Amino acid sequence: MNQINGLGRRGFLGTVAAVAGGMSLGWNVPAAQAQGAASAAANSAATAAGGVEVGIWAVVMPDDRVIVRIARSEMGQGTLTGLAQLVADEMDADWAKVQAEYIAPEVNQANKRAWGDMSTGGSRGIRASVEYVRKGGAAAKAMLIQAAAAQWGVPAGECSASESVITHKPSGRTLRYGQVAAAAAKLPVPDNVAVKQPSEWKIVGKGVKRLDTVEKLSGKLIYAVDLQLPEMLNASIAQCPVFGGKIGSFDAAKVMGMPGVRHVLRVGDDTIAVVADKWWQAQTALKALPIVWDEGPNANVNSASIAKHLESGLDAKEAFVGLKQGDAEAGLKGAAKVVEAVYGTPFLNHATLEPMTCTAKWDGTTIEVWVSSQNGDASLAAAAEAAGVQLANVKVNKHHLGGGFGRRGQQDYVRQAVLIAKQVPGRPVKMIWSREEDMQHGFYRPITMAKMKAGLDAQGNLVALHARLSGQSILAHLFPARLAGGADPVQFQGWNKEEFGYQAIPNILIDHAMRNTHVPVGFWRGVNHNQNAVYLECFLDEVALAAGKDPLDFRLGLMGQMPKLRAVLQAAADKAEYRKKLPAGVFRGICANYGFGSYTAAVAEVSVSKQGEVKVHRIVAATDCGYAVNPDQIAAQVEGSFVYGLSALFTSENTVEKGRIVEGNFDTYEVMKLDQMPKVETVVVPSGGFWGGVGEPTIAVAAPAVLNAIHAATGKRIRTLPLKHHDLSHA
Amino acid sequence: MYPLGNSAAKGAGMIKLNVNGRVHDVDAPADTPLLWVLREWLGMTGSKYGCGAGVCGACSVHIDGDVLRSCSVALGDVGAGKVVTIEGLSPDGLSHPVQKAWLAHEVPQCGYCQSGQIMAAAALLKAVPKPTDDDITAAMQNICRCGTYQRIKAAIHDAAKGGAA
Ligand code: FES
Ligand code: FES
Repeated sequence: MNQINGLGRRGFLGTVAAVAGGMSLGWNVPAAQAQGAASAAANSAATAAGGVEVGIWAVVMPDDRVIVRIARSEMGQGTLTGLAQLVADEMDADWAKVQAEYIAPEVNQANKRAWGDMSTGGSRGIRASVEYVRKGGAAAKAMLIQAAAAQWGVPAGECSASESVITHKPSGRTLRYGQVAAAAAKLPVPDNVAVKQPSEWKIVGKGVKRLDTVEKLSGKLIYAVDLQLPEMLNASIAQCPVFGGKIGSFDAAKVMGMPGVRHVLRVGDDTIAVVADKWWQAQTALKALPIVWDEGPNANVNSASIAKHLESGLDAKEAFVGLKQGDAEAGLKGAAKVVEAVYGTPFLNHATLEPMTCTAKWDGTTIEVWVSSQNGDASLAAAAEAAGVQLANVKVNKHHLGGGFGRRGQQDYVRQAVLIAKQVPGRPVKMIWSREEDMQHGFYRPITMAKMKAGLDAQGNLVALHARLSGQSILAHLFPARLAGGADPVQFQGWNKEEFGYQAIPNILIDHAMRNTHVPVGFWRGVNHNQNAVYLECFLDEVALAAGKDPLDFRLGLMGQMPKLRAVLQAAADKAEYRKKLPAGVFRGICANYGFGSYTAAVAEVSVSKQGEVKVHRIVAATDCGYAVNPDQIAAQVEGSFVYGLSALFTSENTVEKGRIVEGNFDTYEVMKLDQMPKVETVVVPSGGFWGGVGEPTIAVAAPAVLNAIHAATGKRIRTLPLKHHDLSHA
Repeated sequence: MYPLGNSAAKGAGMIKLNVNGRVHDVDAPADTPLLWVLREWLGMTGSKYGCGAGVCGACSVHIDGDVLRSCSVALGDVGAGKVVTIEGLSPDGLSHPVQKAWLAHEVPQCGYCQSGQIMAAAALLKAVPKPTDDDITAAMQNICRCGTYQRIKAAIHDAAKGGAA
């Protein structure tokens, strides 16, 4: 390298120093370590195909293709494309030549998690990665420019890059990224670089095409469930249908002679696996296998007993406080009018269309798994723990997910696959859960209820609100260590100091009587926002009507402390032409919510026939997620979130009988199909200055908007879901 | 039409099966669901398992031009029927009008249901080249948990117009 090059580098590092300090965020890899990452990752598909790593986030191929490394999981939400946009934009790469590849969890682990957190939930896939992936892209660009400058013997400062071509401005010479990548890869990775201003973005903010669509059209994408390996066996499992129960006994001899059957195995103390040449054979034998379960202490629990348990919390003395301002009790006592109502929502399975599945192979010292997981790091750890080996003895192959929605953050199915594989050393075993198994062994959206009380003064102002939640805590089930003094902060999603939209109400008390059940619960797309938004946003409608006020004006009047929420509600109302009359028989409902870092609002237009048939004609959904990385994919997420949210409103529920989930398949766990799909118009109002989530936020406003419209249409206030249990016929 | 388990030809022995224009000798019992024959005996995994009960449509294939749920069709009942799967819909996996429209509208999210959706849409357009909204809602009864229905509907209309916008 020559002197000019050195000068150029110093110049570059000077810029870096100016923005350094506290800005490196999840990516604290000194250059030397990043180089280590480069060699450790050398066996990725892109490098194997002749690409070189320029920094750790991008591999550049000789033909100029840029392969962006992805640490999060793609489950349909578009995060893979969004992250690639962020890196490619900072690199000034030619988007037409950008592709993506997963970084393997064990490679991340071996490099002090240089690629950051792999968990993909809470609508954080992009917003929690933006800082370091953009820096990664910017660093790669700096290295490529540096390499070109060195080749020309000019200062890097005289060079610029655009669409994967570096230009030396004074001489007009150009070099393509692919031509300088090998040299760039040998340079130290600058450990801090400036990223672009939003006004400089070229790829971010555009509705570019997803990178993962083509193989989803031809049937060629290999999901975890599709994996085929040499010598592979297949397993189907049965878990004790009563949560908390165990295996009593089973008669393997009865099925060992069936076609293809190789083994009947215990998997832990509550699961039985049949391993066969083919999954269909395993499944057929499993169905024929005589099993006696030791159902344990929960065999008499049912939905009615759970409802009683929850009802006991509605007026209980003991409750965790989530939000308190003023004196709600006094406010209610002094109110001219008190409105009171009790709401409730059921357990819900995620029901990803691809059932839980994982392949594992044990060779005596190492365990390798192939899995669709929302958290590669967690899959690695779960496989190591189940196999009883060090993390270094685990390999995890990540597949795109056939749906996640929060379910595949849990690693129960990875553990099972490993426990099976350990009993069948030397051969990969693919475990697929039947739909019935999947339906009955989820981590369900928790069942909760709420008693809502509001006090109005003589002028119809809302002066006091008490929201009492009663119900099951996710953290108590999954991460008891994260409870705060026994309280579950997740329970108060949307209702905490940061997120609650109506803090102009002078007296507020929001509290939670924890009522746990034996049913496993987890993070279901939108999590507690879903239930809380139904309770609050429908109840506010009740209160507005009791006060003789328009539901929109009533809300806007209470949102003073939350101007962005106000703005997004106004944007939805404007787009829906809220002040205009609708055709006869069509009615509106509105609502708003702030969650996962984004402001959302919806207007629903609904008609209900005299016989009680509901038709949702139109949804206007507005979201302010700060910066919009890919508006078209935001629209896709909003559309999808309404399908998920309205399935929950209309038909889906899981009930409990004899300690087990009653529903077994989509015939009884009904979900929305195309014929019920309303027209969803997405309004993206990115106000800038922050990075909000996208996959989940709008689901919270789906059900309340429609419920409020149903009330407007029928005069019936529905307070328990799903709607299929209610008669909506009206005169 | 092809009820599972009513096969006259129960029992072992090679069964001939025509898939995507090729005849295979399948060594599977006649009551094996076509879905699993495709996936496990023939290694064609484009048709997906979603429910195994004829409810979700992820396993949809064409048999003699009709769309059917392969999880609920017994191998032995296919007989001389010509099966077309997503792998055989177009030579390059992209050029069928439905596939083109799907790409133009960015229909897939996770994509897991999309083989079935595409097969159902292709069969619809063959039977009703210019479907109305009602035709589409009647024909498209496949579950998509990601909620891509709005784009499916738009893409079908576009494919019917003979070109993806
Ligand atoms: S898998 Fe065949 S209809 Fe669901
Ligand atoms: S795209 Fe995921 S289930 Fe349809």
